[in-house]
Amino acid sequence: MATLMKDIILSSSHPKELLLQKHADFISSYGVNKDEYEYCMTEYLRMSGVYWGLTAMELIGNLERINKQEILEFIKLCQDDAGGIGASVGHDPHLLYTLSAVQILSMYDALDIVNVDRLVQYVKSLQQPDGSFCGDKWGEVDTRFSFCAVACLSLLGKLEEIDVEKAVEFVVSCMNFDGGFGSRPGSESHAGLIYCCLGMLSITGHLHYVDADLLGWWLCERQLPSGGLNGRPEKLPDVCYSWWVLASLRILGRLHWIRRESLVTFVLACQDPETGGFSDRPGDLPDPFHTIFGLAALSLLGEPAIKPVNPTYCMPQHVVDRLGLRPQKLTL
Amino acid sequence: MAEADSSSEELYDETNWVLYKYRVDWKDVTPVPQDDGPYPIVAIVYSEKFQDIYDYFRAVLKSSEKSERALQLTKDALDLNPANYTVWQYRREILKHLNKDLIPELQYVKEMIEDNPKNYQVWHHRRIIVEWLQDPAYELSLTETILSQDSKNYHAWQHRQWIIRTFKLFQNELQYVNQLLDEDVRNNSAWNQRYFVINNTTGFKPDVVQQELMFTLDKIKTVSNNESAWNYLRGVLLHHDGGISQDQNVRQVCEELYSSGNRSPFLLAFLVDMCEENMERDDGDKEESLRRALQLCDVLANEYDTIRREYWNYMARSLAQRMDCPEREATGSTKTD
Ligand SMILES: [Zn+2]
Repeated sequence: MATLMKDIILSSSHPKELLLQKHADFISSYGVNKDEYEYCMTEYLRMSGVYWGLTAMELIGNLERINKQEILEFIKLCQDDAGGIGASVGHDPHLLYTLSAVQILSMYDALDIVNVDRLVQYVKSLQQPDGSFCGDKWGEVDTRFSFCAVACLSLLGKLEEIDVEKAVEFVVSCMNFDGGFGSRPGSESHAGLIYCCLGMLSITGHLHYVDADLLGWWLCERQLPSGGLNGRPEKLPDVCYSWWVLASLRILGRLHWIRRESLVTFVLACQDPETGGFSDRPGDLPDPFHTIFGLAALSLLGEPAIKPVNPTYCMPQHVVDRLGLRPQKLTL
Repeated sequence: MAEADSSSEELYDETNWVLYKYRVDWKDVTPVPQDDGPYPIVAIVYSEKFQDIYDYFRAVLKSSEKSERALQLTKDALDLNPANYTVWQYRREILKHLNKDLIPELQYVKEMIEDNPKNYQVWHHRRIIVEWLQDPAYELSLTETILSQDSKNYHAWQHRQWIIRTFKLFQNELQYVNQLLDEDVRNNSAWNQRYFVINNTTGFKPDVVQQELMFTLDKIKTVSNNESAWNYLRGVLLHHDGGISQDQNVRQVCEELYSSGNRSPFLLAFLVDMCEENMERDDGDKEESLRRALQLCDVLANEYDTIRREYWNYMARSLAQRMDCPEREATGSTKTD
């Protein structure tokens, strides 16, 4: 019986300093110099890709390198007659991309370029009788979509348009015996979904449903000897979980329960010293998804060169402040 | 099945691939080029095959063509990019419109799942086809195939739970869970499934609780440093009248492990929780329980689980505080910012 823990070994050749300028170059060239194959393969999530890139650029003070007008035009074209927003022009609307679009527009303070009333109606139409949300008209239910729906509506100041109590009831029904949350009632606890559920409860002010000590312990158990965090027991560490686990711990007021220095070392080791950008694990290929989560994690860990990020929305804190939003957080 | 399933990939293999724009049976369609999103200002040079297929896909989408050839086209488009949810949605609309036999579709999506087991869209398509058919016959074996390659695949477990719950297929599931735990006793997904099955069948009645405690303690005795088993043990004890500290068997196994020199952080953490509960009981030795809990937190913080030192220090502080003012139930965990 193997007793070895699933983890990675950090070698001394991996980066130890934050390569800020390289990351700005990586994001701004993404999609321009990128080989065409990768660009068209990611069209189905383009809107989220833009959100990751813009948030990363804003957190490191390089937003002006992105062509704002072009992006606003693009978002406008992606809104469907029904009000929802798709990943790209001509793609069907989906809650994931609707939230990404609203996050981008909030950052640019340009919510009025889309039809907000229809967008709200679209989100509202996806709520089910049990309080859950479908991602689109084909009806896949997942706690991710509960988060998308309330995050999106709260950014628009329209949270009262849905049945919040029912929505909370569904999320709480996905809580497991270990204190964590899964995608649906009975599904295994998973750090990404814990983040979504805590974010949802934080926005709606219902964190009292959570056993913060029990869940906080489960979350800090995700830290492995390498310093990296995994998303479930016996899985490998991954930079994106640095964000989901850390943001969850911050919402619970228990961020200091993980060992900061070793996590910083792990995240820095996931930078690509040549191209810039972060990958899931040291030595793998970087992408915008792991880049934003690597930067956001370092921000939560107190890296002064990166602007503060809001743990609930994964958006720059100053944007959340400007909108007057105060998602609930616990303190010890 | 084979006939309906042949994609044009098989008709035109890689070397003989004929672009849609050169196919006689597509002469009547005008391709719709990609409207580029942000970032690329210059038109992107897609791979010719990719561009050709998606230009024609956009054309049928635009004209709402729901035909056999359009169905074929979605297959070619999905071969190139199975994550494109718009293509899947359109494929379903065509299937509905043509009133297609769905059994071949099950075979097709099975192959797609085997090639892309971590893709949301393929699993969702599977679920919708099963819903349309109202037939769960192939689902348990499909998920077993996928789980035999990756025993923690979240999509496969989600699909399996949905099938089992919807079509009441709980009967042999514990057996399957046992088999997985025999293969890997640290498989958290399998432990979660165990809870799911019991919770939805017998429930955690006193005799079931006893049976589950014995099962779990047995696994812990073989491999004690196993987060999943200890979490499950706590989960079962949520249904025990005596909480986590009053079950004779549980106490005995834990104390024996400790006396034998076992210092697994999960064992020590469990002992801390037992002490904590004893501190709150009227018949217990409060002072002794606190003393032991603090000693355990100390060795956890400084020796056996140093990476989580802050957590153990917090536990120690909050236990000591509670002893001072016992009316304070929780330890500040409900304060809101
Ligand atoms: Zn990742």
